[in-house]
Amino acid sequence: MNAPSGFVPEITALSCSYCGYMAADTAGSLRQEYPANVKLVRLPCTGKVDVQYVLDAFEGGADAVYVIACSLGNCHHVHGNERGKARVERAKEILKAIGLEPERLEMYFLSGGMGATFADIATQMTARAASLGPNPLKSPSPVDGG
Amino acid sequence: MIVAEQKPLDEIKGLLGEAQTVLVVGCGTCVTVCFAGGDKEAGILASSLRMASRIDGTPKDVTHITVQRQCEVEYIDPLADSIRQADVVLSIGCGIGVQALAERYPDKVVLPGLNTSFLGLPSEQGVWEERCAACGSCILGVTGGICPIARCAKQLLNGPCGGSQGGVCEIGHETPCAWQLIYDRLNAQGRLHLIEELQPAKDWSTSRDGGPRRITREDLRLAAEAAE
Repeated sequence: MNAPSGFVPEITALSCSYCGYMAADTAGSLRQEYPANVKLVRLPCTGKVDVQYVLDAFEGGADAVYVIACSLGNCHHVHGNERGKARVERAKEILKAIGLEPERLEMYFLSGGMGATFADIATQMTARAASLGPNPLKSPSPVDGG
Repeated sequence: MIVAEQKPLDEIKGLLGEAQTVLVVGCGTCVTVCFAGGDKEAGILASSLRMASRIDGTPKDVTHITVQRQCEVEYIDPLADSIRQADVVLSIGCGIGVQALAERYPDKVVLPGLNTSFLGLPSEQGVWEERCAACGSCILGVTGGICPIARCAKQLLNGPCGGSQGGVCEIGHETPCAWQLIYDRLNAQGRLHLIEELQPAKDWSTSRDGGPRRITREDLRLAAEAAE
């Protein structure tokens, strides 16, 4: 899809309150810059990620959604990030069936000290969403051309 | 429980056709615990259909509601107003729920969103296995609590057959031989004499061969009271 000029993607990031959120804090402490269009939603654990949350974000107009979890094997709730990963995979299948590119959804695993990586991911996902173009659900109907 | 799984979204979209207003009706019983048609799945399916229809350029108004038990009129009667406002009803109850809605609201198009698969249990979270064929004449008492009708590919009453190798059925490595399981269970219980008793040919008239089945309990019927 060709993105319109001046298109700034809206991105929702679902983050666990442990490593994911700490990585965001670290990014701030390190004065790392990352795109301001990323809206962070704090969850107690990525085991709380629900397919419905992801769909709600896309239905609400998000151009991309990504999930930030603790490193595999280091989840503070033991298996929460693995369960979140399985739900993200399921959500990708649903997005494909709906007609949205599964690449609009991604999951990353970080430790709390990876502030620079946190910023890189925000930049990468913004670039990916920009190349995919606007979420066709942004307007009431794509036929309206809005 | 009754185990089901959702139809592919494309098939559901095809069933809905040109309908503009769709009510997805979930069920709070069997299909909730097998994660196919509960309130969560109804919400996800409604979201998916709303988004897919908008992307297709023919936006639909899709809402969802879940009742505790879709197979009894007492639970689906309160849906009358919601159903009246919908062009079609998409039931994600089992086949019984679909038919209950269709019988209760005969003027409304009621469509199935699930494929009702079998009567079974979760062998682990996320995996369900068939356990009962509802044949109407239970023989679990002589087979160590393991049903050869539901779990033997040939529904043998006097097994195993020659296709049982190393405890596995010849149809596939993931399918244990029901008669090996029965032998092992009866052996462990010291009841192997049961397997030596030849079972006569099964009377299938209690199953599907006898046509649609019906059970009547006169002590429970209220029709007589209503007629008084």
